[in-house]
Amino acid sequence: MQQFDSLQAFLSMGGHGPYVWSAYLVSLTVMAWLLLRPVIKRRQLLIALKKQQQREAMFGQTGH
Amino acid sequence: MLAEGSLQTEAMPVVEGSGFTAVLQRDLLLAFRHRGDIASPLIFFVIAVTLVPLALSPDPEKLADLAPGIIWVMALLASLLSVEGLFQADFNDGVLEQMVISPQPLYLMVLAKVIVHWLVTGLPLTLTAPLLAMMLYLPATGYAPLLTGLLLGTATFSLIGAIGAALTVALRKGGLLLSLIVMPLYMPVLIFGASSVQRAIEGINVSGPLALMGAILAFAAVVSPLASAGALRISMHG
Amino acid sequence: MWTLFKQWFHKMGSPRWFYYATGRWLPWLGLVTLVCLVTGLIWGLAFAPEDAKQGNSFRIIYIHVPASMLAMAGYYVMAVAGAIGLIWKMKLADMVMKSAAPIGAALTAIGLFTGAIWGKPTWGAYWVWDARITSMLILLFLYLGVMALQYSYRSQDMANKASAILALVGTVNIPIIYKSVDWWFTLHQPATIKFTEASSMHPDMFRPLLLMIVGFYAFYTLVLILNTRVEIIQRERRTRWVGELMGEA
Repeated sequence: MQQFDSLQAFLSMGGHGPYVWSAYLVSLTVMAWLLLRPVIKRRQLLIALKKQQQREAMFGQTGH
Repeated sequence: MLAEGSLQTEAMPVVEGSGFTAVLQRDLLLAFRHRGDIASPLIFFVIAVTLVPLALSPDPEKLADLAPGIIWVMALLASLLSVEGLFQADFNDGVLEQMVISPQPLYLMVLAKVIVHWLVTGLPLTLTAPLLAMMLYLPATGYAPLLTGLLLGTATFSLIGAIGAALTVALRKGGLLLSLIVMPLYMPVLIFGASSVQRAIEGINVSGPLALMGAILAFAAVVSPLASAGALRISMHG
Repeated sequence: MWTLFKQWFHKMGSPRWFYYATGRWLPWLGLVTLVCLVTGLIWGLAFAPEDAKQGNSFRIIYIHVPASMLAMAGYYVMAVAGAIGLIWKMKLADMVMKSAAPIGAALTAIGLFTGAIWGKPTWGAYWVWDARITSMLILLFLYLGVMALQYSYRSQDMANKASAILALVGTVNIPIIYKSVDWWFTLHQPATIKFTEASSMHPDMFRPLLLMIVGFYAFYTLVLILNTRVEIIQRERRTRWVGELMGEA
């Protein structure tokens, strides 16, 4: 850590710590949510479609 | 003459622009028959402006400071509220469907509807504005730019609003959505309009912003009927 | 050259081709995103020199500026995709447009939020009616409008066409809005507010910023592709290739 002498100094950011860290925390959370949302959606969708496929195979339907 | 709620689209030679005049005449006639509908945005305008001194203070100096902004915001809201009905009645009774499939250019018919809308809302709003300006103690130098600005601005509001109205006409709860999508697009007009009145009061030349508003109006007059016609086609046929 | 482009264009139009091609790109894109963002963050937070005037609060720039840039670029991505969908009736472009709206809105919100937090130590207030911040706020409204319109139609096809028109009208309006807000701001500008220009930045401060910008572009592309892939599965769920895909899953 070139700019800071200690971890303490790094976290306090010369008094601006709360501003810097809250900005980064919220932004990274939103970005993580952006990234995870399609991944979760894809998994749920595939599970739902698989179930539907099995159901249709069981009753011998060929879709609508 | 054309009967109410019908449009001539029988097999007759298509004359360029006859759809434009037909819609213009019909909408004017309808507006004249439903005179009460013309009054609603005007009354809204007057009541909404009256709310401001009640909420703030009757102090002439304070009100004179805020007058351009108040009048412009309320005129914007009044125009916004009235634009929702631009295509609604025609959509409900199927006339819009006829317009979309008729051989006449939809572009011109939309333009005719917008012109009538401005004649029955924007123009009366502009003519009422001096009365409200007087009640809010607007300095005398502000009247001319206020009137010119509103004349140009309300026309632009009608044109931009038509796009929003065309996009939301097929939706059941389109009103709130319409204001949501249209208000950000109104902002430049509001900025130039209100600021030019403010500047005129301060004694600065306002031909610049007013010329810009004219340019925006000309631009909107070209683009808006195009976008609205496209949006109407989508609303009718998906 | 032209025929090659046309071939590529047609291929891109096929959701199936897109799905499989991006499936191969995704690991690399993810790697680039991760490396750029992690390096840029550590560099910017710990190694870049302190700003002489603003102290350490300027480090917010490493997230604020890239997010704001992508928020703006994202609107154009959305509008161009919408235009392609409208003109060439390309299904894939519609899906890209639908995916782009929430991502752009989220990045705009990040830009606004970080700007507000940065404003507190710099100007002494969370919210300042400055030209750039106000323009960002209007951009957020434009995004929200497109999203609201997208979600209010029952038919997906109508929703896409309607929001594409709105996105295009918004794009035409953006320069006018920016100019008007700029003009409005110079009219009311309080003399006390001065801005640090990006051009006068020290190279040691600028390099991590450049890295973060590249990282954000990669991140945006990654998320856009991931969302588009979900849309593709959703809409092509009745086709055989998606059925085969489920067999593999």
